[in-house]
Amino acid sequence: MAATIQGIGATAYSVNSDRFQLPSLRSFSESKGRFFALRSEGKVIGGSRGRNVSPLVTNAVAAKGESATASTSAKPGFNVLFLLRHEVLLFEALREGLDEEMMRDPSVCVMGEDVGHYGGSYKVTKGLAEKYGDLRVLDTPIAENSFTGMGIGAAMTGLRPVIEGMNMGFLLLAFNQISNNCGMLHYTSGGQFKIPVVIRGPGGVGRQLGAEHSQRLESYFQSIPGIQMVACSTPYNAKGLMKAAIRCENPVILFEHVLLYNLKERIPDEEYVLSLEEAEMVRPGEHVTILTYSRMRYHVMQAAKTLVNKGYDPEVIDIRSLKPFDLYTIGNSVKKTHRVLIVEECMRTGGIGASLTAAITENFHDYLDAPIVCLSSQDVPTPYAGTLEEWTVVQPAQIVTAVEQLCK
Amino acid sequence: MAAYLLKSKNLINHLKPRIGLFGSIVSDCSLSSCLTHYQKSKFDPNLRNPDEISRIKSTLFVPRRFESVRAEKQLSSHDVDDDEKENSQVLEFPIGKVTFSPEMKFEAESSEQCVPCYRILDDNGQPIAHSNFIELSEDVAVKMYINMLTLQIMDTTFYEAQRQGRISFYVTSTGEEAITVASAAALRIDDVIFPQYREPGVLLWRGFTLQQFTNQLFGNKDDYGKGRQMPVHIGTNKLNYFTVASTIATQIPHAVGAAYSLRMDKKNACAVTYFGDGGTSEGDFHAALNFAAVTESPVIFICRNNGWAISTPVSDQFRSDGVVVKGRAYGVRSIRVDGNDALAIYNAVSAARKMAIEEHKPVLLEALTYRVGHHTTSDDSTKYRPADEIEFWRTKRDPITRFRKWVQQNRWWSDEAESELRNNIRKQIVQAIQNAERLEKPSVTELFTDVYDALPLNLREQESSLRETVRRHPQDYPPDVPV
Repeated sequence: MAATIQGIGATAYSVNSDRFQLPSLRSFSESKGRFFALRSEGKVIGGSRGRNVSPLVTNAVAAKGESATASTSAKPGFNVLFLLRHEVLLFEALREGLDEEMMRDPSVCVMGEDVGHYGGSYKVTKGLAEKYGDLRVLDTPIAENSFTGMGIGAAMTGLRPVIEGMNMGFLLLAFNQISNNCGMLHYTSGGQFKIPVVIRGPGGVGRQLGAEHSQRLESYFQSIPGIQMVACSTPYNAKGLMKAAIRCENPVILFEHVLLYNLKERIPDEEYVLSLEEAEMVRPGEHVTILTYSRMRYHVMQAAKTLVNKGYDPEVIDIRSLKPFDLYTIGNSVKKTHRVLIVEECMRTGGIGASLTAAITENFHDYLDAPIVCLSSQDVPTPYAGTLEEWTVVQPAQIVTAVEQLCK
Repeated sequence: MAAYLLKSKNLINHLKPRIGLFGSIVSDCSLSSCLTHYQKSKFDPNLRNPDEISRIKSTLFVPRRFESVRAEKQLSSHDVDDDEKENSQVLEFPIGKVTFSPEMKFEAESSEQCVPCYRILDDNGQPIAHSNFIELSEDVAVKMYINMLTLQIMDTTFYEAQRQGRISFYVTSTGEEAITVASAAALRIDDVIFPQYREPGVLLWRGFTLQQFTNQLFGNKDDYGKGRQMPVHIGTNKLNYFTVASTIATQIPHAVGAAYSLRMDKKNACAVTYFGDGGTSEGDFHAALNFAAVTESPVIFICRNNGWAISTPVSDQFRSDGVVVKGRAYGVRSIRVDGNDALAIYNAVSAARKMAIEEHKPVLLEALTYRVGHHTTSDDSTKYRPADEIEFWRTKRDPITRFRKWVQQNRWWSDEAESELRNNIRKQIVQAIQNAERLEKPSVTELFTDVYDALPLNLREQESSLRETVRRHPQDYPPDVPV
């Protein structure tokens, strides 16, 4: 039920649904020397496939008169847009992205535990084995390091594997292959062998999953050179990032969250691919920049409602790209608001927030009116007891307090 | 009660047809038939003696004696007209049909005899009587010999060069030349190779030149790896030889993945991976073998069992009969070959390749050999093993000498050719070293490229920061690295 509450938050503020990008806008390579040009805010990037592309409305949300999850819409949508979208849950959006890419490119394959006939423990790969066969959707024995290695070997010989970790925490067993081989072999081979794998799986603190199944691996992986990391948070960006990750020539780790799989949203029927290196402007504002990603986005948006009522105008950015950071979007925001609050689920020590704090301080020190505040989970293993677990994760009340203090 | 007991026998008979459904009941069948007998015999007028009863009680779970045997037979004799299945007492479990046995028998941890080792040439290079093998053509045999000898001379020369400080590090293949060269000869160029680090012989066979080798050792700008990997950690996509990573056994699952990819593309090729005896202790080895069997991938796993993993002898590495028996554990066909017999390796790998590609089966090949050299130039093996042992294997069991005897016997080689080749190679290597030394190192740009497909912002920043530092303090930076 918490998921649906968050779902309401999501659709109310998911301003991005209308930002299309050309399917061909893929990896970083096309932005060589034009890093700052990968912006899509408010721009229509070409029509595709002869369909009528309506002009973009940057703040349009799901049109009125839809399901209960789309309660507080910012503006009435266009009826035309209504027709061109369909409602999905986040895990279905991931599956759609995967399915479309598998159809488009026969070298895309999936490997992981229980991904085949069982359809995946979170049903992301449901139906794919029946559609593409056992060879393209491969059920592996329980040996994460080895099937990740297998994916790397397959990638070096021309396939584009999507490796699923049943839970991100299990990928700790694959750390050797991810760090020493996946991240390195393109470099050490002098560029001769490339490794276009996508490593994905659900992570984060769930509902009483226990300490071992509540890991935030983005903090461990962030210093591995050679990989890119993205975190999805809405069905719209989940599908777009999945497609972008598969098309990317670098190894990409796509972080999903256990509690976000049942989020509902209406996403475009038309094909779209998002940029891996871009952050998402969730709510423009003036007073403070709140940087967040994954599940914490919803806690932030919940806090934002309270803050708006109290008269604050927070700017909320879902950073999405955890490696590399989109310092352009973040920088512009800092230059506008001069105050930064980072809200993350990682642990305080060595988390994404820690790196982000360092990056912002180094680059935008002169624009800050106050020290950067970082709200993270405590440096403790996640307890099983529900009450304890709730307090190990940043809650909206804490976010409100932090903003009030920051804006004093 | 008696009625129940009499009926219980019939009950078992009724239950027997349902063997498949009640696996647990059936597994107690022997137990229950014991029990029925016990219950029966308890009231057996012949066994009123309490001692008799307690005797039978104590033999409840122990296979048959006297009456119990008779009773058991009696039971099964009633099933004469029943299914064959019941008589041979077969169970169905998720893993399949299993016959059961009342005898408690532990599978021995090792068999009495070691798995025999396939060889064709004896220690003197003479074909063993009754040996069945593919004859090599003169061209192939001579090419094999030349490459083996080149590898040996290369190893000696580069080892010396490292000791002289001209290169930083080197890994010799001394004593294992036959494995890499002969196996490469049995493969095709499309077969993808995932090496550990002691397999330059494969590259030599495939046409990697001495100059290219030397460039990689010096890490100059002509190195395909752009100076990024350690010496001998070579990779070249032109020869389908995947870049060596220093991590042990990580390449084994890569090979399985590559084989999976080849199978998806339906290519007439297999994946081949090499590793040492030490590598078989890593988890990746076991999982990869398991995967290869389950996914039916065309992979050949070649283990160079050379007796030593740095200073760890095989007796400290595993207690099984080497590596060949591990194939069975995973459902992988395996063979043990004399690694110092080039002909045997050639034959075994040819056969393995055929099996792998045509039958989609992985094959494990354990090549028994000896690591004559040190682990690398950072090791002094005389510290942990006797010098005479090393000397023995270096001279008496040298694979190159053995193969030469066979080639010379076929009149395909001569002593003159030998000395000419030795001189030639030595000169080539010396020249290659001189050329490589003179070449520039890769520029500082190459420190940052290829981490990703394109240079991201943070790396661009870091590169300009480094250039700035180098510009300010040129005396602190090497002069032969172009900026």
